Amino acid sequence: MLQPTYRFRISTWLTASAFVIAGTNAALSESALDKYHEMLSDPFSNPAWFAVDRGEELWNTGLQDCDLGLGPGVVEGAYAQMPRYFEDAGRVMDADTRIAWCRETLQGIPFAQSAGQAFSDKGKFSEMQDLTAFVAAQSEDMPIQIPMDHAKEKEAVAIGEELFYRRASYLDYSCATCHGNTGSRIRLQELSQMTDPEQAGAVMASWPTYRVSHETVRTTRTSWCRDGILADVSGQPRDCPDDAAPHVGLSLANASSRYRVWI
Amino acid sequence: MKTALKMSAVLAACCVALPATAQEVSSEKLDAVIEAAFANASADVKNRIYQDETQAVCSKYRDNPPDELWDAVLEREQANIAYPESDVLMGDWQVAMKEANNGYGWRIGDDKPGRVVGGNCYACHQLAPDEVAYGNLGPSLTGYGKDRVIDDQLIKATYDKIYNAQAVLPCSQMPRFGANGFLTPEQVADYVAMLLSPDSPVNE
Ligand code: HEC
Ligand code: HEC
Repeated sequence: MLQPTYRFRISTWLTASAFVIAGTNAALSESALDKYHEMLSDPFSNPAWFAVDRGEELWNTGLQDCDLGLGPGVVEGAYAQMPRYFEDAGRVMDADTRIAWCRETLQGIPFAQSAGQAFSDKGKFSEMQDLTAFVAAQSEDMPIQIPMDHAKEKEAVAIGEELFYRRASYLDYSCATCHGNTGSRIRLQELSQMTDPEQAGAVMASWPTYRVSHETVRTTRTSWCRDGILADVSGQPRDCPDDAAPHVGLSLANASSRYRVWI
Repeated sequence: MKTALKMSAVLAACCVALPATAQEVSSEKLDAVIEAAFANASADVKNRIYQDETQAVCSKYRDNPPDELWDAVLEREQANIAYPESDVLMGDWQVAMKEANNGYGWRIGDDKPGRVVGGNCYACHQLAPDEVAYGNLGPSLTGYGKDRVIDDQLIKATYDKIYNAQAVLPCSQMPRFGANGFLTPEQVADYVAMLLSPDSPVNE
């Protein structure tokens, strides 16, 4: 599980669904997966590298003083210690939220504009995703250590846990519907059991991730939104909450204090 | 009754994991968090975030409500079943067999008028034996109508289950397809035929 080298994880989910559509068998899917893995671990062909580079450039043009929790301008290790409570904002923030907050306070880019850019489409970059990829990359191979001292951080975890079980919308799903069981699958896709700290930790430590069929980098925010608090199984990443995601994220990240970030 | 039903639900879903710690956050606090998070959301999204009574009870008790609330859910959901105007509860299995593989429908910002909403039963159930891409959140339904007497009672029970899973099992993980307006009563009848008709591939 620990990856000494920089590596964006490949999405088995999307590969698996692609094979469902193609109706091919498991053997084929594995060799194709191997090929992707090869490609992704090569720094010259893993497209995620470009996101990190783009993110670095964006960071260096106005965000250098952004405080990610370890002091203004300190990026190294910051991702591994988020979400956390930020005194200046008076609330718990995850990496995406904090970056958007810095863009607003340091660059005057409205928060809502950043939130609206949380996703990139094929061939169209999202500055927010590039920035998150850059920030995450500076925590490569570091242990995840969420502070968890502040009352608001504790409250956020409790809320996140409740939200995990909150059922709503047309399909009555909660996160637990799909991620609360051992050995469950949706179609051929194995579901991570997030009530198991080990699995939740592994998941949290592996984002952001490069999703082949999206041809772009996805951050945790994307995933929360795709499945959604609204939890429509086939939902598209649109209309994301600004604020609920960090709570869920914190809840899961907290479970994972033993894990290390590898991306 | 409750215990037996619950046992079967647990078996069906295979090993529902209980949370390590149960922390208490008031419902008011949770509602406030959700409301703040979606303050600027579209009307469609807002429509999705508010819970009905059953969703609220199931969430609060993590799908394991105490006896009196369990009974209240059953009663409420049983009263929440509508039937096709034609009163025909066995529809067209061929239509349903196709839609059981279809995950389209009610996506946020992606409602294409005229496009058929699918039940996507394969996401959670095994059905026709030759389809290998099935999920296992629900029990296998392969051979569901085989070796059974297909009478009005079974047809109605099957209809009720698909229309409103929680009218049979409170806090079931299966969506209340008809009761939530996800599928029409006519579509539900098609799925009944898919499960019960001797000609359906499910019962090959
Ligand atoms: C109807 C089923 C369903 C629901 C409900 C659902 N998910 Fe998922 N989720 C999936 C599937 C399928 C995948 C892809 C498989 C995987 O990676 O585990 C996935 C993937 C994820 C991942 C990425 C896992 C990884 O390995 O990188 C996260 C994180 C996640 N979901 C969180 C959530 C949260 C939080 C909720 C509730 C807000 C939720 N999911 C609700 C089906 C669901
Ligand atoms: C999100 C997963 C999910 C989806 C999607 C789903 N089901 Fe289910 N279903 C379940 C679960 C879990 C159970 C077992 C618990 C229960 O009985 O409610 C179940 C039970 C059933 C049963 C009762 C089986 C028995 O033991 O008699 C029937 C019938 C059924 N489902 C039909 C369907 C049909 C038809 C569809 C598609 C229109 C469908 N289901 C879609 C999860 C699902």
